[in-house]
Amino acid sequence: MIAFLIKRLMHAVLVMFVISVLAFAIQDNLGDPIQQMVGQSVPESEREALRERLGLNDSFMVQYVRFAKNAVQGDFGYSYFYREPALSVIARHLPATLELVFAATLIIVIFSVPIGVYSAIKPRSIISRFFMGVSIIGISIPVFLTAIVLIQIFAIGITVSIFPESTGWGAWLNGLFSTQGNMPSFGRGYDLVHVVGHWDTNLASWNGLKHLVLPAISLASIMLPLFIRLIRAEMMEVLQTEYVKYARAKGISMRRVYFVHALKNTMLPVITVGGVQIGTMVAYTILTETVFQWPGMGLMFLDAINRADIPLIVSYLMIVGVIFVVTNTIVDLIYGYVNPTVKLTGKPA
Amino acid sequence: MALLEVSQLDVRFALRQGEVKAIRDVSFTLERGERLGIVGESGAGKSVAAFSLLNLIAKPGFIAGGSITFEGQTLNTMSERGLRKIRGNRISMIFQDPMMTLNPVLSIGEQMVECLKAHRRISSKEARAIALDKLRQVQIPSPEKRLDQYPHELSGGMRQRIIIAIALLLDPDIIIADEPTTALDVTIQAEIMALLLDLCEQHNVGLILITHDLGVVSQVTQRMLVMYAGRVIEQGPTREIINDPQHPYTQGLINALPQMATPGEKLNQIRGSMPSLSNLPSGCAFHPRCDFIKRADGQTRPVCIEQVPGFVQAGNCQAACHMVAELMEDRRLKEESQ
Repeated sequence: MIAFLIKRLMHAVLVMFVISVLAFAIQDNLGDPIQQMVGQSVPESEREALRERLGLNDSFMVQYVRFAKNAVQGDFGYSYFYREPALSVIARHLPATLELVFAATLIIVIFSVPIGVYSAIKPRSIISRFFMGVSIIGISIPVFLTAIVLIQIFAIGITVSIFPESTGWGAWLNGLFSTQGNMPSFGRGYDLVHVVGHWDTNLASWNGLKHLVLPAISLASIMLPLFIRLIRAEMMEVLQTEYVKYARAKGISMRRVYFVHALKNTMLPVITVGGVQIGTMVAYTILTETVFQWPGMGLMFLDAINRADIPLIVSYLMIVGVIFVVTNTIVDLIYGYVNPTVKLTGKPA
Repeated sequence: MALLEVSQLDVRFALRQGEVKAIRDVSFTLERGERLGIVGESGAGKSVAAFSLLNLIAKPGFIAGGSITFEGQTLNTMSERGLRKIRGNRISMIFQDPMMTLNPVLSIGEQMVECLKAHRRISSKEARAIALDKLRQVQIPSPEKRLDQYPHELSGGMRQRIIIAIALLLDPDIIIADEPTTALDVTIQAEIMALLLDLCEQHNVGLILITHDLGVVSQVTQRMLVMYAGRVIEQGPTREIINDPQHPYTQGLINALPQMATPGEKLNQIRGSMPSLSNLPSGCAFHPRCDFIKRADGQTRPVCIEQVPGFVQAGNCQAACHMVAELMEDRRLKEESQ
């Protein structure tokens, strides 16, 4: 177990090293940070002095070694824009993003498993076909479009009037398809509950939860259909195996055959894919957070790029790399727990 | 009345190209404690027959006709709920490949306990005690340890012992064993077969043994059916069929055994191969491979090509062949002349 975790720690360090080199290598192409920092009226001589003071004139190697030396001591540099340590800027934005990813993951888990299992057990039913059709649409529509459609329907509201208002059923149908549009679609809301440090949570108040709903749904909109299809495909394959047939021959209930014998085997590949996808979702937050002005890391990163705030960009990329490694480590631990043929945790045989 | 009565069983598969008749007109009975063998080449419909007894054939297969009666209950029309009470409880199954049969992510104990709990109202502790007792009966070394192990930690032979233990868990009336030793090492095969035979005798359990191994059938079973292309073509007491087969196909099977070959010569195989079920020959399905289809004058017998043969009594056996009487007469003459 400890050996496994140490190995993963080494992975994380390696990932951070590679990411930092890559991020540093592209910094020259991101624009001039000085231009973003100072006003139009500042003369060139002063700009040059600032550039010199920040060490921007040094060669790539010198700059990188200086950064790496500090980074090892936990200092990832100062954000040019916020004028404070890049790590603390990220720490302030991290909880919002993690809560968003958490909420989206929750939506995915709650919906993908039952829908996937159902459509594997009854592949020919109308409901299954409906979900398969919808999931194809879901996969094909980009996140930001889903987000905008959600805002239109639930935050702005739509009024349907295509049915004749004069008849009773027409009015009823118009009312049925029209929406109020009272869901919040901007930011995290006013009612955040402080937990600890930089962490204020959306999850502990009604207003906070309401603000979380639309961003979480749109973030989940790409992964949910993917997981429904993945679970369905895996489950259908597992249902063909001899051990499922054998379980039926033992006379145990179909519920147990489906949810113990088949589902547990179905989830093995799903868990593996899920680990990677959670990391990918952190990256997708850039789009979602921009559309909903969600003050998380994604929005911060986009701003940092616009401002050529290199220390912040590099720190963000490295933190995301670490999140990838951490989620994959957790997923591998879960996998080892579910699948007895894998003994990476070193539990006694 | 017999414990299990199968009459005129007809199983089909609804495929896109049309219906394929996997089993036609199969009838047999099994008495309490009796051991019946079903033999035939691959594709003869042995396994389909076995699985259809408990209505376990997967779609697109379905039972199109006939009846399966167990203790007066008709299984083929019974509800899924009713069947579940019989599966694993009164009639249990042993599958072919022990490497594929046990669920890889559930412990042996869990897979045994769930079966007990599905059929009896007992605590997990009691269930484990029964499971342990059955593991001892199948002579697994250190049975206590096995309950908490997973299938991948055990060898094929051990897994098949566990599957036999699961089959015996609820003291069933019948065990259906679908090629229980085919996937095993030759050295283990005999051990497992002896164990199964021994336990069936001890507990007076009826056994339906599906196999293509004539040696095993002759050692274990009292009666046997020979299947060809979805039909039973010969049935009767095992000893008589093995010693004196009436149907040309059964004769061919026995002649094809390596023990029957002359050293240095080729094995006596039956020429050709089993026809596809979707494209069966007319009349007797065996006629394209049959050596006796030509009369003494070199003419093909039209009846073999035109008519599906019915059963002809021959001693205690029945054979579905148009020429049984003739063949018997031939052999008698040959023996007399010697």
